[in-house]
Amino acid sequence: MSNETTAVETGETIGGRKTHDEHGHITEFGYVRIFIILAIITAVEVVWSYYNIEAIFIPVLFLMMIVKFWLVAAEFMHLKYDVKVFAGFFVTGLVLAGGVYLIFLSASQIWQSF
Amino acid sequence: MAIIENPLELESGTVVEVAERPLGALTRPSGNTGWASWLFTVDHKRIGIMYGAFAMFFFLIGGLEALAIRLQLAVPNGKILSPEVYNQVFTMHGVTMIFLVIMPLAAAFANYLLPLQIGARDVAFPRMNALSLWVFVAGGFFLCSSLFIGGWFKNVPNGGWFNYAPNSGTLFSPTQGIDFYAVGLQILGIASLVSAINLIVTTLNMRAEGMTLMRMPVLTWMLLVVQFLLLFALPVITVALFLLMFDRLWGANFFNVEMGADPLLWQHLFWIFGHPEVYILILPSFGIISEVIPVFSRKPIFGYSFMVGSGIAIGFLGWGVWAHHMFVSGLGPISVAAFSVSTMMIAVPTGVKILNWVATMWGGKIRLTTAMLFAVGVVSMFTIGGLSGVTHSVSVADTQQTDTYYIVAHFHYVIFGGALLGIFSGFYFWWPKMFGYKLNEKWGKWNFWLQIVGFNLTFGPMHILGLQGMSRRIDSYDPGYGFETWNLVSSIGSFVIFFGVLIFIINIFVSKKQAEHLPPVGPDPWDARSLEWMTASPTPEHNFDEDIVVDSLDHFWHQKYGYDDDGNVVRIAYAEDVAQDGSNDNVHLPSPSYWPLVLSAGLPFIGYGVIYNYWLCAIGGFLVLGAIFGWIFEPPDDPDGGHGHHDDHGDDGDGHSADSSDADDSAEKTDDDLVSVGADTAEAGDAATTETTATAGEADNG
Amino acid sequence: MAEAVLDSAVHAADDDHGHSTGTGISNNKLAMWVFLGSECLLFGGLISTYLLYRHNIQDGPGPSEEFFDIPFTSASSFVLLMSSLTMVLAHYAAERGDNRKLKIWLLTTALLGSVFVAGQIYEFTVFVEEGLGWSTSPFSSAFYALTGFHGVHVTIGIIMLLSTFISAVRGRMHPGNAETVEIVGLYWHFVDIVWVFIFTVIYLAA
Repeated sequence: MSNETTAVETGETIGGRKTHDEHGHITEFGYVRIFIILAIITAVEVVWSYYNIEAIFIPVLFLMMIVKFWLVAAEFMHLKYDVKVFAGFFVTGLVLAGGVYLIFLSASQIWQSF
Repeated sequence: MAIIENPLELESGTVVEVAERPLGALTRPSGNTGWASWLFTVDHKRIGIMYGAFAMFFFLIGGLEALAIRLQLAVPNGKILSPEVYNQVFTMHGVTMIFLVIMPLAAAFANYLLPLQIGARDVAFPRMNALSLWVFVAGGFFLCSSLFIGGWFKNVPNGGWFNYAPNSGTLFSPTQGIDFYAVGLQILGIASLVSAINLIVTTLNMRAEGMTLMRMPVLTWMLLVVQFLLLFALPVITVALFLLMFDRLWGANFFNVEMGADPLLWQHLFWIFGHPEVYILILPSFGIISEVIPVFSRKPIFGYSFMVGSGIAIGFLGWGVWAHHMFVSGLGPISVAAFSVSTMMIAVPTGVKILNWVATMWGGKIRLTTAMLFAVGVVSMFTIGGLSGVTHSVSVADTQQTDTYYIVAHFHYVIFGGALLGIFSGFYFWWPKMFGYKLNEKWGKWNFWLQIVGFNLTFGPMHILGLQGMSRRIDSYDPGYGFETWNLVSSIGSFVIFFGVLIFIINIFVSKKQAEHLPPVGPDPWDARSLEWMTASPTPEHNFDEDIVVDSLDHFWHQKYGYDDDGNVVRIAYAEDVAQDGSNDNVHLPSPSYWPLVLSAGLPFIGYGVIYNYWLCAIGGFLVLGAIFGWIFEPPDDPDGGHGHHDDHGDDGDGHSADSSDADDSAEKTDDDLVSVGADTAEAGDAATTETTATAGEADNG
Repeated sequence: MAEAVLDSAVHAADDDHGHSTGTGISNNKLAMWVFLGSECLLFGGLISTYLLYRHNIQDGPGPSEEFFDIPFTSASSFVLLMSSLTMVLAHYAAERGDNRKLKIWLLTTALLGSVFVAGQIYEFTVFVEEGLGWSTSPFSSAFYALTGFHGVHVTIGIIMLLSTFISAVRGRMHPGNAETVEIVGLYWHFVDIVWVFIFTVIYLAA
């Protein structure tokens, strides 16, 4: 998986000290700003849901959802600033869940009803 | 995973005189002798041993169930079990062997060996470790209590271990049996999930200095992969079991075909869990024999990185093959073809492993001890099981094989011939490390040969029976189909297995008796390679006297052997000189706790409660909640008030004591525990040795 | 600010979590992330079940814009989203040892969470009155199971928040154990992003 070079390199950046420092990148105001973005997207989502534009309705909705999802996970949950292994676990869970359940749903042929 | 390669800083701590303080129920139990010390222990080694002991108890239950099945089927039109009881017996046999025997036996080895193999003093969350043990025990007894609750064989699960819908609904299964299945497996799932989280964190975070991921023994690697499989597979079955429970107890419609529900929902959810589960069962044994074979071949494992990589590959691919259990369910040709191909692919990493074990033995100086015999047994028997597995991946063939005895033969060859034989290999190999004496080799060889012969007698003929068309799960058969001979052979074989296991149990006591007249086994009776052999046998409570600094794969071996000028391997030191003698009694260890046991005791009450009477849920809930709060407010250690760490947050200005701050550290995080191992070095700074730390600790207290 | 950072750095060095592990990663935080990875598959299973059954409504009401009260649910989604903001502010305060703000934000988060749960209970009662019982159809069972599981998660989160709040009131929170707040926060944000998903899939995509 990895060799000792990475061991040394990463060892310096992932200590508790460093992560604590990095939280400092976002200020209270920064959090509020992210929240405002989230709120705006939510508002757009809701409005969008009233205009049923056949072909792109679902894709755009899911795109907005993913952006919101990403913002909360990356900023509020500090995934962007924290050690990569946390994101690794989370993404593994998401990808596995996405993979197996999408296959399951496809095998059950539910998509034509969407 | 590549980033977590920072060396582990494990300091030795210090033991300070324990001053009893009247904290009532919140005092932590102390002492390490007597039955109470076992009940409340958080020592990973004792927990591992208890896992093993309870699993062996369930093994006897599951084994008796198997004998009952074979007695029934020995001759045509067997009359020993009624069809109703037969369904219950084979279901409980399967559920018991999978969830109460193989998985906990693997957990026994994981608990005992994983921290040792990475050079740690304990797991990351010792109390949670105790919790997983006791939740497993609670769940196991809950499940087995179905055998007699409401009368013998009245409310026993009877839907087979995979319990397909809609047969599992109240319409077709009106007894409480399936409820016990649904609730019991959820309780057991909690145990495994807690254990998985704990061991993952332990493996990543608690490794000794220099123990990089690619220096971890193969067993540790395989156990890590298993924990990941558990982590991600268990929630899937949890969903399925919840839905089933909702259907049966509260009239939901998830599997109610009358309401247009899709019975394949259960099959998908179950097998998305169920196939990784198969690897959860087998990978620990793969790990065990990957330790045993190199030692008794006197060669390093062949292709270490391929061994690790193929284990990881099996773990990943195991997620993409579940529908091969459903080839006859009408999935449609595309799904069937896709899953057929993915199933064939998984034979590749498995083949790599088999090859590597054989190549490890090739040209080695082989010692055929019992442990080695069992390991070779795994390689050969698992190969047979693996090959019959490949025949399942061919969906047209599988259509013929589905629900016949051919399937029964296949999975017994992998689970018994693979997983269980591997675990027996582990017993013989690590017994001296765990208990300080070797198991007798003569009895051991009888044990092995009886087991392997009995095993092949029992399950070999099932291939033929299956191809002849004998359905699995039938409770009897008429004469004249050609089933008689092989069924009789199979039943005789099952009793041979029984005697083999009996000999193992006798061997435990015989060997213990004999060991009184034998010299002590020493730290390293097999001339082994991994870190657990670097400390005394049986392992001292604190594992290692001093922290080990690892500088290579098979670090311990390289301490003992070097190369001469011609490049030949020569012994440079004796194990006794290199290994630690376990004499350091100055190591700070996590304190025992009441709460894991209390919390676990609450769960069966909740289980009986949802089935029979909600008031029982109240009792169970009270126990669980009480235990959680007790857990949170429990001092993290003996209330000695002086181990010197954690009382240095002076600047928050509220001047509370060290203990209360500790209690808060662990508050509100259900998944919190403190590893107190050598934690008190705040002032000592770079305290690397026990002595300096001890000084620092005393200075703090003074 | 710099001082505060230095402060927390000092504590990171001398508390257990940051110190005794081989990687410098806190055991507790790692465990929480591992657990959240596992939770993905739990909610994934429930969401899949819902998707499988969303058109299987038998004689009962089905998922449609007319049936769902989109403005109401949007408001409660907004409330939950806002609680994520207050949660992260609580963590921010905890790291800086600002006990007063920590208490305010923790309590606000718990309150917003409670508002959300209350809204969900209200919504359920309305749906039941409109004829969508638990046993009405596979759709109804799947809908209640998914949203109910989420609601239980929120409730557990509220209990965790209140416990942390009580600790803060009793003066036991300090930058050295700010990680407690962070871990509660991780759980809380996770529950929030699950709702982001559920809100889109169940309500908006209807």
